[in-house]
Amino acid sequence: MSLINYASREINCKLVYYGPGLGGKTTNLEYIYEKVAPASKGKMISLATETERTLFFDFLPVDLGTIRGFKTRFHLYTVPGQVYYNASRKLILKGVDGVVFVADSQMERMEANVESMQNLYDNMTQHGLDLTRLPFIIQYNKRDLPNAAPLPQLQESLNPGWQVEDPARMRPQADPNRQGEMLIQEVDGIWVERVPYFEAVALRGDGVFDTLRAISKLVLKTLG
Amino acid sequence: MSGASSWSFREEDAGKIGILLNGLLREANARTALLVDRTGQMLATAGEEPRFDPVAFASLTAADFSANDQLARMLGENEFAALFHQGEKDSLYLADVARRVILVVLFDNRTTLGLVKLRVRNVQEELSAIFIAMFAREAAGERRVESGFLGEAEDEIDKLFGS
Repeated sequence: MSLINYASREINCKLVYYGPGLGGKTTNLEYIYEKVAPASKGKMISLATETERTLFFDFLPVDLGTIRGFKTRFHLYTVPGQVYYNASRKLILKGVDGVVFVADSQMERMEANVESMQNLYDNMTQHGLDLTRLPFIIQYNKRDLPNAAPLPQLQESLNPGWQVEDPARMRPQADPNRQGEMLIQEVDGIWVERVPYFEAVALRGDGVFDTLRAISKLVLKTLG
Repeated sequence: MSGASSWSFREEDAGKIGILLNGLLREANARTALLVDRTGQMLATAGEEPRFDPVAFASLTAADFSANDQLARMLGENEFAALFHQGEKDSLYLADVARRVILVVLFDNRTTLGLVKLRVRNVQEELSAIFIAMFAREAAGERRVESGFLGEAEDEIDKLFGS
């Protein structure tokens, strides 16, 4: 729920990084924090356990600067990945404008990915939000690991696509980030939409800003 | 179900709210009043300029209030409509406004919790009415950002996050 504050001339948008535990959500935010110019970032807050696992959330505000008189800011949040922290996860999703699902590419984490994705759908639904109508991006992290699952397998499990119901959207749409791939296409007479995805190695920053740039643009479009 | 909604906060809203908050601070002899929306965004401040990072403060306040809301439900309560955090010098009193916004009053030992609570109760209803009207206006649909904003914002994103 982006807020346009005409009094203080500010626009604030909330982005949430979601996904299974130890998948790299906090690593994404840490890399962004490290690389964004000091003038453009606020303080990063981590509510973590003593072993550095996210307990409640990480929070990082990033300023885009003043655009047409409005100070525009993104609030980046991560949620705790472990299954038993669901109450905290649900709280963080409140008022979300865009979601990045950080999947762990490792073969043995496939089940955890699917479980977390289902949990995301469920929690969004409980907030009255429809994930298929909100800016949403998947990041396949840890692509450098030898046990990383092949992309088609990850796509099949986590991004199989949903049926397009709005007739206005029933036309082919290419994926601007991946040549030759489609976001919306007709398959056997049914229009199917998938969400944009990126490959990443968050520890060394690969794909981190591609993901952030894409989700930020999608969120801004909803303001127009 | 829907996608993300958006709402706006106008100058005239800020004006009315400013008058209420300043009145509250005067009568309660408190230092700073802040309004934070439940998603963690700062809406307005009045009184002494906060010495802390207001953006981080708003995010933590919303998390604090939401976590306590869940605790209340575990006890079978609908909500904890107010919270109190006591410090050695400075304390915080947090109260719900229209289920969407949190009023935070920062005060020190020049006043008492009782007085702050009483004065907050006096403005709560008026603040709620302002916010309820604001949300209703939003639900009815209102003009969003001006054209040209999106293009410029995209350029800034490319500059800041690398293209």
